Amino acid sequence: MTKATLKQLSQQLAAGAVSGVELATQYLDRIEALNPQLNAVITVDRAKTLAEAAAADSARAAGTAGPLAGVPILHKDIFCQQGWKTSCGSRMLDNFISPYDAHVVEQCRAAGLVTLGRANMDEFAMGSSNENSFYGPVKNPWDLNAIPGGSSGGSAAAVAARLAPVATATDTGGSIRQPASHCGVTGIKPTYGVVSRYGMVAFASSLDQGGPIAQTAEDCALMLNVMAGFDERDSTSLERDKEDYTRQLDRPLNGLRVGLPREYFAAGLDADVARIVDEAVSELKKQGAQVVEVSLPNTELSIPAYYVIAPAEASTNLSRYDGVRYGHRAAEYKDLVDMYEKTRAEGFGDEVKRRILVGSYVLSHGYYDAYYLKAQKIRRLIANDFTAAFEQCDVILGPVAPTAAFNLGQLSSDPVQMYLSDIYTLSVNLAGLPGMSVPAGFDRNGRPVGLQIIGNYFSEATMLNVAHQFQLATDWHSRAPAL
Amino acid sequence: MKWEVVIGLEVHVQLNTKTKIFSGTSTAFGAEPNTQASAVELAFPGVLPVMNKAVVDKAIRLGLALDARINQKNVFARKNYFYPDLPKGYQISQMELPIVEGGKLVILVGEEEKTVRVTRAHMEEDAGKSLHEDFQGMTGIDLNRAGTPLLEVVSEPDMRSAEEAVAYARTLHTLVTWLGICDGNMQEGSFRVDANVSVRPFGQQEFGTRREIKNLNSFRFLEQAIKYEIQWQIDTLEDGGRVEQATVLFDPDSGETRMMRSKEDAHDYRYFPDPDLLPVRISGAQIEAIRADMPELPGAMKARFVDAFGVSAYDAALLTSSRATAEFFEAVASASAQGKLAANWINGEIAARLNREGKDIGACPISAERLIGLIVRIADNTLSSKLAKQVFDALWESDLTADAIIERDGLKQVSDVGAIEKMVEEAIAANPKAVEEFRAGKEKALNALAGQVMKASKGKANPAQVQDILRQKLS
Repeated sequence: MTKATLKQLSQQLAAGAVSGVELATQYLDRIEALNPQLNAVITVDRAKTLAEAAAADSARAAGTAGPLAGVPILHKDIFCQQGWKTSCGSRMLDNFISPYDAHVVEQCRAAGLVTLGRANMDEFAMGSSNENSFYGPVKNPWDLNAIPGGSSGGSAAAVAARLAPVATATDTGGSIRQPASHCGVTGIKPTYGVVSRYGMVAFASSLDQGGPIAQTAEDCALMLNVMAGFDERDSTSLERDKEDYTRQLDRPLNGLRVGLPREYFAAGLDADVARIVDEAVSELKKQGAQVVEVSLPNTELSIPAYYVIAPAEASTNLSRYDGVRYGHRAAEYKDLVDMYEKTRAEGFGDEVKRRILVGSYVLSHGYYDAYYLKAQKIRRLIANDFTAAFEQCDVILGPVAPTAAFNLGQLSSDPVQMYLSDIYTLSVNLAGLPGMSVPAGFDRNGRPVGLQIIGNYFSEATMLNVAHQFQLATDWHSRAPAL
Repeated sequence: MKWEVVIGLEVHVQLNTKTKIFSGTSTAFGAEPNTQASAVELAFPGVLPVMNKAVVDKAIRLGLALDARINQKNVFARKNYFYPDLPKGYQISQMELPIVEGGKLVILVGEEEKTVRVTRAHMEEDAGKSLHEDFQGMTGIDLNRAGTPLLEVVSEPDMRSAEEAVAYARTLHTLVTWLGICDGNMQEGSFRVDANVSVRPFGQQEFGTRREIKNLNSFRFLEQAIKYEIQWQIDTLEDGGRVEQATVLFDPDSGETRMMRSKEDAHDYRYFPDPDLLPVRISGAQIEAIRADMPELPGAMKARFVDAFGVSAYDAALLTSSRATAEFFEAVASASAQGKLAANWINGEIAARLNREGKDIGACPISAERLIGLIVRIADNTLSSKLAKQVFDALWESDLTADAIIERDGLKQVSDVGAIEKMVEEAIAANPKAVEEFRAGKEKALNALAGQVMKASKGKANPAQVQDILRQKLS
């Protein structure tokens, strides 16, 4: 049963073939058995999970349950969840039990989804390899020597290893798409503002966006139906009519205009990745899609722009972790400043400190115009590039990352090299556009490679349609690692 | 050397919204520590600010009253610094594009009017409070105040004395309470003043180096602190020293200012637009709707009182020192048609009694209606000023009307010519010496005779009539 998709599980539950409690037990057992080698899940609480599952079963029996009631879900440890440790992968919040639910968690609860536990992640979502977690690195289920990607590495690895049918995740510069690609699962980052950030621990507020990781595009659509929606507690949440993200899944791709950005297929792209993307494009062409070449000339600038804006926002978002009210506090200190310094020196890992330093620097007096303001101007140019490209096409296709997953430890001492691997994902966040990763093949080492689909604002249904039609014709998404 | 003083003020006006600027938490003062601090004020992971629109409306009201420009695009910025009573590690404020820019405030210094330019007013959140007592050497943090909406009103350095600075602060205080945007309670910190003070040789163009006195929460402290600071700066310069830019605190016990931090310690606040909040856009229609809803302002009302009721500019200024006083006066002056009398009583006896009893006009035991009753009886000569004072005292102590008191105590002024003539004749007969002196040209002797008549009437004779009749009889 743990191989099943979200859609299949919901059907089984509706048919009474399995109960929520039975399902939860099976997944918890699988986590118990396999997580020690993967480290994808950092908190489980069997009693809480089974209580939620029993409640979902009662709701089903009473006829008050929604279609997904009883389906288990894993939450990225960035979403505040009442009564659960919400560490964000950091020692700083290792003792933080959230007193409240994030909007996403509330929505999942309301749908009757059963919390299996909490997924590992890069500390404060900063990282592309999941090596920056206080709880240790997550291993890629396809190859335990490989990174799973980051920062939602726990969510992606868990879905790939079938420790959960679906997981919540967040994407600030590729943190849903890149681990989904590296783990051979499907993930979507919606348009900025579609999913409320309320209760999602902030990394870079103007870029952070929640979304699901699942086996299939159809499951992602079902999950987006749960997670999306206006929330007045987030000023950047968009007030729009509720959408059914599954509504276009079955549409044929005839006449779909697919844009291939020249800059995404230039030097630096691994030959296997290039081949896999080409083959995916061919498949879509076969289904009637027309291919046009487009240009996103400022793509390269997305790296410096992102690595100014994201650390700038992060540097102040993380100021609240001062040891005064909650979270880690140094044991010994001589005065207030000493308490701050020791607390933060002990509580944060290296990558987080690096970004706080960079962020503080680019915002400081005399540097603001040269860095932060200039980066914001580049951000505008990048968004304009996409606007122009979407005049010629309905979706943009390309690689998610230049290579399949690299080895654990391979880039951990070279942060700049690691940053460069985000080249194809960052600009989507800078522009606020939706993007997704769909399993499309395996490289020469047997590591998964995803196809990136980028859509115009609010075109999630179109992207999910493309991904679903692709998945009807391919089986990359249904392959599971041998564990 | 002759020195010129230059002062600019930054006033933190707490807006009287029911809930905080970025959350639905109550702003009521005086609750148990940390009971009015939600996850937002505590800056829990994942919480977000949501703008309270009432703050914008109140800021626009002040902007219109200051005859200022209202910026229609408002951006909130983060002001970053670490302090335990600032839970997020940044204060949400406005840097570029504050809501109010380029206003002015007319103040009265003695009898002179002066216009002080207001640079800007911006919206921001208040911090919590650090409590340094009662914690055995530790500091307690109370976050009830955190997130209370503030307008920081910044003046140009247009003031030239402590008196002008106080007059500006008082006028602004009147205005914000008049507009109903601030409760004005200075003890509770609803109106706090920072004063930037510098001195320069008279005639010099450039400003001297300023020191900023922080957090003055009474007009008296404001005056004392500025005066001390001016003298300190002049003494320092005359002794050949230099004034270094610094932030100082005023100690009310010693009456001195002392250094809090020097320019070298100044923070780099790393301002940048808060990505959690969208720009607040204000429509022209919203501004016009608020303009249409504005009360008559103190300046306009003052001018009207001079015109319509014939009171002096000085009296009119006192009468418009609060909206409640102005409304009280207008009710009395209109109904009695006795503007000057009404002004004299309200600025005189009533102000003095209220002051003595530590009350404001809202707690005045004499209603406008009962004061009208008194003034009408003064105007129609029923009461002499002396009797009027007696009736006033009785009005203060009871709920009776002026007429009922006059009736009860028999305080009616005697204006009956026959009766007064009779008493005058008796006085002339009984005081031949005084009569002789008056006839010899000694004017003062008449007062002695009048005094005898008043005494005989038990103070009730109309004094003007007594004088007239005495002169008649003696001529």
